[in-house]
Amino acid sequence: MAYLEGKNLVASYGVVPILHECSVEVEKGELAVIVGPNGAGKSTVMRVLLGMLNATSGSVTLDGKDISMLSTQDRISHGLAFVPQTKNVFPSMTVEENLQMGGFIRQDDINQTIEEVYALFPILYDKRKQLAEQLSGGQRQQVAFGRAMMTKPSIMLLDEPTAGVSPIVMDEIFSNILDVRNAGMAVLMVEQNAQQALNIADKGYVLVSGRNEHTGTGKELINNSEVRKKFLGG
Amino acid sequence: MTSDSVDIINAFALLTNFVLLPALSYGSQLALGALAVTLVYSVLRFSNFAQGDSMAFGTMIVILLTSFMISRGWTISGIPTALLVIPIAIVFTSMYLLTMDRLIYRHYRKIKAKSITIVMSSIGVMFVTGGIVRFVLGATAQKFEDGERFIFSVREFKAYTGLEQGIAFKTSQFLTITIAFLLVAFVFYFLQKTKTGKAMRAYSDNKELALLSGIDPDKMVQITWLLVAALTTIAGALYGLDKGFAPQQYHLLLLPIFASVIVGGIGSPIGAIAGAFLVAFSEILLTYAYKKFLIYLLPLSMHPSSLVQLIGTEYKYAISFVILVIVLLIKPTGLFKGKVIVDE
Amino acid sequence: MNNLNNIWQSYRAIITFSLMGFVLLFVGFNQSWALVIGIINMSLISAIMALGVNIQWGYAGLFNVGIMGFAALGGVSVVLISQQPVTEAIDVGGIKMLFALALGAATIAAGVLLNRRGVNKWLISLIVVIGYLFTRFYFSEASKLIEKVDPAITGYLGGFGLPIMLSWIVGGLAAAGAAWWIGKITLSLRSDYLAIATLGISEIIIYVIKNEDWFVRGLKNVYGLQRPVPYEVDMQKSEWLQNIVAWIHRSELQLLSQSEQISKLSDYVREASVVFVKLSYSGLFLLILIAFIMLSNLALNSPWGRKVRAIRDNEVAASAMGKNITRQHLQIFVIGSAIVGVAGALLVTYDGIFIPTAYQPLRFTFLIWVMVIVGGSGNNLGSVLGAFIMWFIWIQSGPIGLWAVEMLGNYVQEGNTSLEFIEDRVHYLRLIFMGSIMLLIMRFSPGGILPEKNKEL
Ligand SMILES: Nc1ncnc2c1ncn2[C@@H]1O[C@H](COP(=O)(O)OP(=O)(O)OP(=O)(O)O)[C@@H](O)[C@H]1O
Ligand SMILES: [Mg+2]
Repeated sequence: MAYLEGKNLVASYGVVPILHECSVEVEKGELAVIVGPNGAGKSTVMRVLLGMLNATSGSVTLDGKDISMLSTQDRISHGLAFVPQTKNVFPSMTVEENLQMGGFIRQDDINQTIEEVYALFPILYDKRKQLAEQLSGGQRQQVAFGRAMMTKPSIMLLDEPTAGVSPIVMDEIFSNILDVRNAGMAVLMVEQNAQQALNIADKGYVLVSGRNEHTGTGKELINNSEVRKKFLGG
Repeated sequence: MTSDSVDIINAFALLTNFVLLPALSYGSQLALGALAVTLVYSVLRFSNFAQGDSMAFGTMIVILLTSFMISRGWTISGIPTALLVIPIAIVFTSMYLLTMDRLIYRHYRKIKAKSITIVMSSIGVMFVTGGIVRFVLGATAQKFEDGERFIFSVREFKAYTGLEQGIAFKTSQFLTITIAFLLVAFVFYFLQKTKTGKAMRAYSDNKELALLSGIDPDKMVQITWLLVAALTTIAGALYGLDKGFAPQQYHLLLLPIFASVIVGGIGSPIGAIAGAFLVAFSEILLTYAYKKFLIYLLPLSMHPSSLVQLIGTEYKYAISFVILVIVLLIKPTGLFKGKVIVDE
Repeated sequence: MNNLNNIWQSYRAIITFSLMGFVLLFVGFNQSWALVIGIINMSLISAIMALGVNIQWGYAGLFNVGIMGFAALGGVSVVLISQQPVTEAIDVGGIKMLFALALGAATIAAGVLLNRRGVNKWLISLIVVIGYLFTRFYFSEASKLIEKVDPAITGYLGGFGLPIMLSWIVGGLAAAGAAWWIGKITLSLRSDYLAIATLGISEIIIYVIKNEDWFVRGLKNVYGLQRPVPYEVDMQKSEWLQNIVAWIHRSELQLLSQSEQISKLSDYVREASVVFVKLSYSGLFLLILIAFIMLSNLALNSPWGRKVRAIRDNEVAASAMGKNITRQHLQIFVIGSAIVGVAGALLVTYDGIFIPTAYQPLRFTFLIWVMVIVGGSGNNLGSVLGAFIMWFIWIQSGPIGLWAVEMLGNYVQEGNTSLEFIEDRVHYLRLIFMGSIMLLIMRFSPGGILPEKNKEL
């Protein structure tokens, strides 16, 4: 059984069904990527995994334990961390305060972890007294990533961490993600830049209209002609 | 000293007594109320129409406790008894506000109702609260100030300075300004420096992300109401000590309070305070009759015959309204960029 | 059980209105017909007011907390249109007042125009302040002169001496004007700004009415307003009414002696004249209410109304239309307020006197809101039903409260101060009671008694 597993998830907003028996899983030390067209339900999968939206059926397990019934907060304290696609910082708080809020549930000293985030993203150290709303899009993504790191999670869920980011910063963020994975964390990521993401992914899911259309290793999906034609632009 | 320069000093003593000190204390009272409205707005996302009547509720508790203490003879000479009972009154007001939240507002948060629906329910709360206060205390005005009335009186001031114009510094004014300053300092310290305060700001900034950071929304809401209860009770008690208690008066405070909040920028604590003093000073400067002041300053031939009052006192609430309208027309975000000014 | 429920659902309106009718009939047979018709008339006026508010809330989600102010504007119009002009006051201060008001208007206009031209802000402020000072000077001179003219009876300029029915239209226009101004400023902003602004403007309108004696006599009230229906005394003299009354009571009257017959008959005629006058009002009000309902239904089914409903039912999608929404909300706000203004004028006409202190937010803003919510927000018929139910409760809650206190009094010692105390306070229970009704309905039955389909609170 995989470390985090979402199995046969069915979910809807109100009466509009979005997910139909969708499954994803990720191991520790593994990077799994979800790709798919806009509106496929990728963000919705993330929300269900985190308990921000209740699934009508299906289950979510973490390390073999069923966490479907836990609240978002409890899931966070069980080691999940999430970087949402939008609104992923506290705009009227400083960079440092954003990181402090990331570590809100921790009782121990968080300064060590803040230093680690600064080491990962040196620019944030320079900007630590600035309000997050005054940062550039790329810097904001770094704050968002850093904030999620603050709980020292065992699994990271990232919803388009490279949206609106220059190619250089994108490479930087990807290499950070790989570092995190290599350190033994599980990473589940939604990405628009499907080509690059699948290149570094251990595992990939192609989600269409809330269904698993293709599943395989990153390499397999890149080499799959149908996936290439439909989602990777030939 | 020449008589001219004495006249100038007299003129300014006059202004200090009738404009500066009253406006400072009125501004402080408004500031506390406005801060409460802004906090509720930031965290709970609605304009709380029940604020004025909640202040009346808090003051009602203060009055009841004060008369109880006095009837038992549990007073400290020189100090207004009301001051001693404020902490207990805050506890009661907190319980009341938390109960209202539990019974009413929580439901709308849960179903993610439109903010205007919550505003409407706050008007229901406003009427219920106003009804309770009037039922218990009646609608007539009353005073509950005891202890020393003046830090120094007009006579003492005149005797000391030899000026013709006296300045009185009322105990209630002194208390208002000091306590309001300390309380505001505490609130800012709390919001800026403590973990819980920061979490409250985070929650107000981005609810979903706060949830993802493990911040407990219910706790944030409760802490907000506790702060609001403290601000509300103290603002009400200080206003009552200064000007006497009358339910209708408190109800109408809603207008200057909203004006303060919007002038400052809704959701911005600093804005609320700046707005409160702006409103208070405008109100008092515009309704003050400058006749005596000008007589001190102008040569005899130019002495005014009328009161030289820009706006009649009966229209003081219109001043807040006009300020409000001007701000909405010119800069709807307020002086200090407030939160959202269009519906989310 | 299920069947019953279905019947209830489909005949909701008919059943509830009939129930209300039975209650009124019951009061009529047991207390007095004049009382019932009085209740009906006030309910009809309230229904018109509630209809105006319902149009704003139900069609556009606009929250008007200043119903009182718009109703008061209607009331003022009645005085200004229908009262006879006070020539003496006009002679001494009319021109001066006109000049002062014109000066004030010119100052504001100059400020606005210069601002548009981009003239230096400080210069504009200076001009406005100087203009204001002059305005205020002439204004206070004029009002002093006017108020000195026979203050016990007039002390104001009077009105235009025109037919009172004209004032209903003018009342609507006055309220519409105020609403347009407030809406223009706040409707493009957050929805609670409109609420705050309407609260403010209505308080200020009341302050002006109470304080400016030269205008509508302030706290001295205006008595003896014109009537659109005949007077009771005239009715009592009319032969046909006497004949009808004699015919209705013929069996009873036959048994009496000549002198007894005459006194009894005149009693009955007096009662009948009161009922007749009140019924004439009922007729008028009912006509107006029906006209408004029909107009609003017509409007809702027009192309304009289809757009309104599209926006109401799907504001998110419609918000792509941006400015259009604001403009449409402004139209709806103005229309709704105009209806409230008309109702305000009707109310003062019906009362026959204008009393500024009667304008209490509880009675005028809050009670109307409770009517709208209880009846079913968004549903016009619901507002009418809500008006009847809540007015009935409102009227009866006073006596019931006192009765409760008296019952309590049987258990409490004579001359007990706490009883007097409660008696004195008991009408504040209304505030608590009404507030609770509103909160309970909003919480547990947000659709009200006659829920509007496709409308969520
Ligand atoms: N809060 C919501 N309420 C109602 N419908 C929603 C909500 N959020 C998303 N949806 C709908 O659910 C569907 C899936 O949305 P989701 O955000 O999961 O897509 P996505 O795959 O993440 O798309 P993108 O690549 O654009 O981020 C979309 O059709 C969207 O319109
Ligand atoms: Mg998405």
